Order: sequence, then structure tokens, then C-alpha cells
Amino acid sequence: MSRIDELFAQTRGEGRGALIGYLPAGYPTVAESKDLLAATVDAGADLVEVGFPYSDPVMDGPTIQAAADTALRNGFRLKDLFEVVESVADRGGRAVVMTYWNPVFHYGVDAFARDLAAAGGLGLITPDLTPDEGSEWIAASDAHGLDRIFLVAPSSSDERIALTTAAASGFVYATAVMGVTGARDSVGAAAQGLVNRTRAHTDLPVGVGLGVRSGDQAAEVSSFADGVIVGSALVTKAGEGTDAVASLTKELAEGVRRPRA
Amino acid sequence: MADTAPQPSPHDPDARGHFGDYGGRFLPEALMGALDELAAEYDKAQHDPEFTAEFQRLLSGYAGRPSLLTEAPRFAEHAGGARIFLKREDLNHTGSHKINNVLGQALLTKRMGKKRVIAETGAGQHGVATATACALLDLDCVVYMGEVDTERQALNVARMRLLGAEVVPVATGSRTLKDAINEALRDWVTNVDTTHYLLGTAAGAHPFPVMVRNFHKVIGQEAREQILERTGRLPDVVAACVGGGSNAIGIFHGFLDDTDVRLVGLEPGGKGLESGEHGATLTQGTPGTLHGALSYLLQDDDGQTIEAYSISAGLDYPGVGPEHSHLKDVGRAEYRAVTDDEAMDAFQLLSKTEGIIPAVESAHALAGALQLGRELGPDGVIVVSLSGRGDKDVDTAARYFNLVEGV
Repeated sequence: MSRIDELFAQTRGEGRGALIGYLPAGYPTVAESKDLLAATVDAGADLVEVGFPYSDPVMDGPTIQAAADTALRNGFRLKDLFEVVESVADRGGRAVVMTYWNPVFHYGVDAFARDLAAAGGLGLITPDLTPDEGSEWIAASDAHGLDRIFLVAPSSSDERIALTTAAASGFVYATAVMGVTGARDSVGAAAQGLVNRTRAHTDLPVGVGLGVRSGDQAAEVSSFADGVIVGSALVTKAGEGTDAVASLTKELAEGVRRPRA
Repeated sequence: MADTAPQPSPHDPDARGHFGDYGGRFLPEALMGALDELAAEYDKAQHDPEFTAEFQRLLSGYAGRPSLLTEAPRFAEHAGGARIFLKREDLNHTGSHKINNVLGQALLTKRMGKKRVIAETGAGQHGVATATACALLDLDCVVYMGEVDTERQALNVARMRLLGAEVVPVATGSRTLKDAINEALRDWVTNVDTTHYLLGTAAGAHPFPVMVRNFHKVIGQEAREQILERTGRLPDVVAACVGGGSNAIGIFHGFLDDTDVRLVGLEPGGKGLESGEHGATLTQGTPGTLHGALSYLLQDDDGQTIEAYSISAGLDYPGVGPEHSHLKDVGRAEYRAVTDDEAMDAFQLLSKTEGIIPAVESAHALAGALQLGRELGPDGVIVVSLSGRGDKDVDTAARYFNLVEGV
């Protein structure tokens, strides 16, 4: 049982969704990103996604694009990623990395898995790597005990959901809407349907992301999903500092703990 | 009617779009359904005589195919006396080879019942061609173009708008072609139900590289017949410029099985390879994923994309189509870099010796032909893909050569 499996066993036992918070490594600087991630861990994020700032983030909206640009302009390098992951683990938090595929491919898939595991990272979310091209990563994640979190989307056929969930471990990342990352007023009715379709194929926990920004939305998503993923809204708060991040995280942590209807 | 169904080719990728080690699909799951639909629809269309007849009808009755093969004897005097023939894609409607692919994909868009087309453009040639096909076939058209390019190619922005397209300047990243593609992908992932992404080069996720190549294969098929008719022999070399690589892959395919014919791709060497300011992906890059495929890529030690540079807006792209990466690795094609200065010299030379103003992109192929001709000597025969006309580059040339007072 991986540490992510243990987390979801615990939150399922508590009858709530897990709170999963995303922040980019190196934003606005490497040191500050460690403080911001520490603030989310301390304020109640059950799992953090440490984002890798990448030059061509095709699945990201303006908020995360701008944060990645800032991190890169401020000198973020790949080796810093492992240091940031280690800081989360040292804080007692659980961290996975969310990254576009090319930096992993370029570093060497097995070497990346090895160094991520050594830093205390628990797995990888791969927005532009599906199981179709994932054989090298599947082997490396098995070898180094990492979870591989693949994505499903409202446009995924049942056949593709079956393929994806069969290859995934830890949890499945369900994108709530068709589109790029970014805070939205409504998470979309498609999310619940997608969670249900996904559960027809797997017992893995299903986390829902794209668009969640408030405690009320977190409560709503937590009522039908195993995990509530918050990215852009936290990144916006990161621009204001650790207090703002802590305050939003607390609101979200309270949201996922509201009694399910 | 003749059987127009395509023959299975040993040069086709595997079922998941791999050319040797390259290609494939590296894009979000949200787009996989649309890519599957596109691959299936393209496969059906290829075997549908009505579709192929309609495509042929547009190529001949609208785009102006077949394009000429013009010998360039005065230009060739500067190339060691080798004979040089120009495949005149510049004479196609909209002024470049791009029209072949957009007509094919626009017809597919109609078949899929989609009403909206998005596209990226660098120099504006693909954007203009896409806007043209959308006007012809009554499709809504949105073109993403880097802000830097909208300034370099302002006339093409006006052309696209005249044709009824919406042009969206992209202000993120390097504000050039790669960022226009990023933005088009973001649009596509949001609107994929109603929208076809009409990718302009033989790159990206499967099935784009093979589909775009096949729409451009007509360039090589015509060129092969024409050169045999004119000279009674195959050429020693076929030369084409390579940005994403669509005109090159189209003309190369006519000669791929003629193993004595050297296939030479000319990449933008910019200010010189040693300067670091270039777009010579195949000669200087390493394998990586960008925009949906594994291929050669200009990237730094961390796998971050390096911004490409070229005087030509149509060539400054840090990636390249995956089939070129495969052809390079197996040694069937060779790739060289040509600097801005070499390309501009060839641009001026062709203008003055043959009365043909080439696109700055195509001038890279011409500069390569000058080198190759000197290497081959007077018995050599070279076919050059003149992929586009230079009207759009007159402003660039006027600045480069100081042709206009006060500019």
C-alpha cells in the first residue's frame, strides 16, 4: 500500500474528500515556494502537487502560465524541483510532482523516478503523457515505488477510461471541464458524471480538478469525489503571500469536511 | 473512375503514429478522442473516391495544380554549372505549398460536421491559406499568431482579416510560432466538440504528421514526373527548406524510394550556429516532446524549449516533424543549416537572375542548392522546392538590403 493509498483509505474512512493543493516549485522563487508549500501543508492540504515550471504549458490557463514564467525568469532549474519536494516531505507533508513530459524524458525517465523517490516524492501527474506512450514511465514508477496519476476527461470514451485507470495508481485525476486550468465560478455538471463513469472501471480514488476555488465548491466536489484538487486559485493567493495561501487552504480544508448531503 | 485509394506504404508510421522512434501522441487525454476521430475520419476519407475526387478538383480547379517546374539557368551559373529546377509552389493560389494541406483538412472538417477551424501561423502563409479555405468552404476561422509575427507580417494579418478570419495576437512566451501553437492547443482542448485544429505542418500528434504529409505528397509526385520528362533522368539532389518540414516531406516523398537521389533539408542557421541564434532543430537539437510528438527539439539542459531564431518567420520553430527525425537517423535524408545572410544572398540572386522573388523560407533551399551545385559540378541536376513567393517578405528585404530611403 503506497502512502497515497493510505491517505485515501483514511479520508474515505472519515467520509470526506482529500484536499489536494497545487503550487509551482520556484514561484516566485525557490525559497518562497518552499514556504508557500509549507503553509498549505500546515493549513490542512492532505496532498500537495508540486508543479514543474515549463516553457510550453499547453494545458494551463493564464494564472499558472504566468507563475511558470516568473519561476523561470527567477532562475528555476530542474534540480530545484527535488529540493522543493524534499522540503514538503521534511515538513511532514505528502508530495507528488505535476509535470509536462519533456523535462522527465530529457532527464531520463528512470533517473527522474529514482531522484524523485529519493527526495520523498510519492508520484507523478503527467498532463501530456497518457498510458499509450507511458511504458517507460510505468516501468520506472514500478521500479522506484512511485504512483502514476493519469488523467481522464469528459471527452474520454469508456474504452479510454478503462485503459487509463488500468495503468494508473494512487488516484485518477478527473478534469472537471473541457479546457485549461483556471478558477471558475462553477465546476460543471460534467464532473460528477465523469467521476461516476470512472468508478465503473476502477476502485482507485478519483480526484476532481480544474476550476475549484472556494470552500463551497470544495464541499460540493467532496460530496461526489475522493479528492478535491485546487490549483490556480492557490497560485493566485501565492502571489499575495503565505498568509493568503494558508487562509484559502483552511477554507478549502473546512469545505471538504462539511457533512456530505 | 480510376482507383484512387492509397496504396499501403512502407513509409507509413505504425498504428499509433510512430516513424521509427519518433512521433506518437504526447497531448492531454482530453484531446485523445478528437485525435482518434480525426484519424478514423481521415482513414475513411482516403479510401472514399468522392473525397479524393473533390480534393483533386480543388487542387486543379482552385489551387492551380500542377505547379510548374521551371529551370533556372542564370541562377545556376552561380552553382558550379549544375542544372537547377524550381518546383514552383509559389505559383499556387495564396502563394505557397500550404494550400494543399488546408484544402484537404478543410474538406475533412466538413466531413466531421464541424463548423469552426482554428490554426496557428508563423509567417502568415498557413494562416492566409487556412482563411482562404474557410472562406471557400464556409467555415468559421480563428488564427493564432505570435505578436512578434503580427508585426513582422502585418500585411498577412490584413489578408486574413479580409478573408473573414479572426486573427488573435499571442503575447505569451516568445510571442512567435511555438506560442501560437500553444494557444491554439488551449483553444482546441476547450472547444474540441465544435472545432477542428487545422495544423499547418507535418508535425504534432498522430495523425497530423502522416495526414499533412500525404496532402503534400502531390508536390513530389509532380516534380518526379516533370524532371523525368525534362531531363530523362532523376535528379542528384532534391532540396527543400525545413521549419516544421511540410513542403520538404511532401517533395521528399516523391523520391524516397529512389535511393540514389539525395534528399537535403535546409534549416535556418540564423546568425550562425555558433551564435546560438538559429532554428536548426535537426542539426543542433536532441530528441524531446513538444506539441504532441517526439522529435528533434531545441532544448536546454532541463528540457525547457529554447526559442528559435530566423530572419524567416516561417522557419523559426524549435521543433520539427517526426518523420524528418526518422529520416535523419536512418540516413535517408541529410540536413544542413543556412544562415540568414546566405539565404538573403540567394533571395536577391534569384530575384535578379530569374525574375522570381522567393519567400525567405524558400531562399534557404536556394542557398543550399548553390552549395550543393558547386559540390556536384556541371553534371549535377538539382530540384529545389520553391515553397512560396516573396511578396510577404518585401519589407524584410527592403530593410535587409536598404532598398528604400529612410527605412
